[in-house]
Amino acid sequence: MSEGSASGVPHLPGMEVRPVERNVYEVQIGPSHPGSGHMRIIVELDGDVMVRVDPDIGFVHRTMEKLAEGRGWIKNIPLFERMAILDACNTTLPYVEAVEKLLDIEPPERAKYLRALLCEINRIASHLYGIGIFAVFLGHSTIYMWAFGDREVFVQLAEDLTGARLTHSYPVFGGVRRDIPDDFPQNARKAVRYMRYRLDEYAKIYLNNPNIRKRLEGVGVISKTKAAELGIVGPNARASGIKYDVRLVEPYEAYPELDFEIPVFEEGDSLARAWQRVEEIKQSLNIIEQAVDWLEKHPREGFMHDKFWKTAPKLYKDVYEGNIPYAGKYRVKLMPLFATLKVPPGKAAARVEAGRGEIFYYVESDGKEVPYRVRVITPSFRNVIAFKYVMPGHRLMDLPAIYGSFDYFPPEWDR
Amino acid sequence: MGGGVREVPATAEELQKSLLEALKDYKPQVEPVKGYIDIVVPVEHLVEAAVKLKELGFDHVISVGAVDYIAKKQFKVMYHVTSYLNEDLSKFMVSLSTYISRDNPHCPSLTRVWLSAELQERETYEMFGITFDGHPDLRLLLLTPVVAALKPLRKDFVVKEESDNIETDYEAFESSKWW
Amino acid sequence: MAQAKQEQEGKAYIGNLEVAAQLAKESLIKGTIAKAVDWATAFSLWPVHLMTSCCGCEIGAAWGPRFDNERYGSLPWVGPRQTNLIIIEGTVTKKMACTVRITWEQMPFPKFVIAMGACALDGGIFYNSYNIVRPWQVVPVDIYIPGCPPRPEAVARSIVELQKMIRNRGVASKWLIEGVRKDLKYVLPKEDLCGWRGEGGASYS
Repeated sequence: MSEGSASGVPHLPGMEVRPVERNVYEVQIGPSHPGSGHMRIIVELDGDVMVRVDPDIGFVHRTMEKLAEGRGWIKNIPLFERMAILDACNTTLPYVEAVEKLLDIEPPERAKYLRALLCEINRIASHLYGIGIFAVFLGHSTIYMWAFGDREVFVQLAEDLTGARLTHSYPVFGGVRRDIPDDFPQNARKAVRYMRYRLDEYAKIYLNNPNIRKRLEGVGVISKTKAAELGIVGPNARASGIKYDVRLVEPYEAYPELDFEIPVFEEGDSLARAWQRVEEIKQSLNIIEQAVDWLEKHPREGFMHDKFWKTAPKLYKDVYEGNIPYAGKYRVKLMPLFATLKVPPGKAAARVEAGRGEIFYYVESDGKEVPYRVRVITPSFRNVIAFKYVMPGHRLMDLPAIYGSFDYFPPEWDR
Repeated sequence: MGGGVREVPATAEELQKSLLEALKDYKPQVEPVKGYIDIVVPVEHLVEAAVKLKELGFDHVISVGAVDYIAKKQFKVMYHVTSYLNEDLSKFMVSLSTYISRDNPHCPSLTRVWLSAELQERETYEMFGITFDGHPDLRLLLLTPVVAALKPLRKDFVVKEESDNIETDYEAFESSKWW
Repeated sequence: MAQAKQEQEGKAYIGNLEVAAQLAKESLIKGTIAKAVDWATAFSLWPVHLMTSCCGCEIGAAWGPRFDNERYGSLPWVGPRQTNLIIIEGTVTKKMACTVRITWEQMPFPKFVIAMGACALDGGIFYNSYNIVRPWQVVPVDIYIPGCPPRPEAVARSIVELQKMIRNRGVASKWLIEGVRKDLKYVLPKEDLCGWRGEGGASYS
């Protein structure tokens, strides 16, 4: 069969030559597939090479932006947590910051350090989840078990701090919900020491493994200008050479005073993205140590702004001091003022560096008890465009290698 | 990559002044907001203002969103942009906004200027019903056609207190045994 | 005489096929083979990899090293044709309802469904959303787990409860004998769930 009408095809009398389309067939990698990820990718293949990739998303779309317009301000915090339930503090922090800008209050310094502490614990847990799921995609189930086991160390730390494994609802308007328990600093230091030792072992059997390197090196390369044009965020952009991190560029909470680095890789392939996450875990461990040192040294006051704390009944203050024997110490119920909070009219926007990238909220209020409009853009949603522009040209078996290296989380991109 | 603004802006006010100066052909106005800079241009000049912003160094879109002002019968379409490669500008967020009418909502698409706006414009199209003229691939992204026909994020679509039930048949299964 | 003695002891011998079949059926219903079938089914409940929503994180942790659920014999497996358990974790949206139903139909009988999380019970925190459905209107559910998200210990308990249910009520052996599960109300959605997805609208054509 001839392709193209003219080039070198012998014309015999009576023969008709016409161009024939390439053999392209369509594969639907559906919502139930070996791996985790509730999405559908429609791939058009020419032989074994992907020609066009179309993401069909929306399988977990739970309409959070519309539901937020019908619920009170404080009730939206648990609602928005469910977008990226692993990273709950980072996902709701920009909402709280934007509303604080509208309310024109600033949380006290201890609250800022507490928020930064939980943000880093969540970042480590989220990166370990990403490493585990990526390994399962490639067939390396040992790292899945190791990553999920090590993640339990940090989820347990978060549970000691806030009371819940995954859905912390920790930052609230004006500060945080509770203060750290007495034995938290030594547990945190033990966890940090343990994780530093474990990361070397990860490098030995996972990142320097010749099978994994063969599969990941040179796959899914995104150059620096292409990444800026597509708007890729988070560790994926930093692995392509863009030195951009919201904690560095527009520091929030306690980050102006903390001392950390932003690792940047130049290659932009899947292996660089895998290394990027491991290096970021190391930096987060440094931040946790600094935050815990600060929190131990300074007196325990100011975890909540005075505007709300002085409206609390006397019982809350007794429980906080530890005067009630059967209730624990430093544990406080929700401030009653939050239930009927009316935010002055205005528009505000805030952004925060979550585990997967930059998350952005736009909040508009018109003076009522419910928001007028909340617009949220999550990092995984901004990375979906990479399906369409990065994957074509690779073989079909490179699709898990690229998909896993981007660390998608479908409930996050569907909201 | 492109020439930056003439002086390096240290604060948001300086950036606001230099942006108003650079976009003065397109009749910009500023709205008071917290946390970013909001510049409103009329719909006819939207694409040109976007091209000018891209030349100044803003190279990708954070968010494409719309707000439904039902009392004023207008939609406000906002493009929040920032910069990756120009380090002086990357700490600022600028929003290029425009107002379009609610009865026949059409807005020019900025996909040719900023490629990162492609999927987000599709999402705004299905949630509000705003057609983006010139978009290469305008179809539904997150919703099914049944739900998208309701144009959910408009203010006149009110969320019911109970969501819908599916009609189920409990006896029919017995007669359709196939194993 | 010898024949009568053998019949009194309850042994069946070759030659009388109807009597043999009758005695075999009785031993299957009351005897040890039924218990063996139930025990085997209970310790090989393999859930299929269908992550519906955010409770999937706790499923990953429940089959991880700390809350090891593989000791109950359950192994998350990729293909619906070789599994017999489907765990609906979290919210089921309209686009996903078709997938859940098709995956359930592909699984061989006897199969079981666990509805996990508050969103699978009655909508959870998204109770008034216009884009979700209730999973008990799509597939018949055996066990419900409350929580948002339920702790992995609760997931382990639900597997144990399902095992007890299979072994006490003899679900698997009764299915072998009668060919139907009389203890469960079957569900057949009357609407065309896949028609919601607008099939054909998502591809390039």
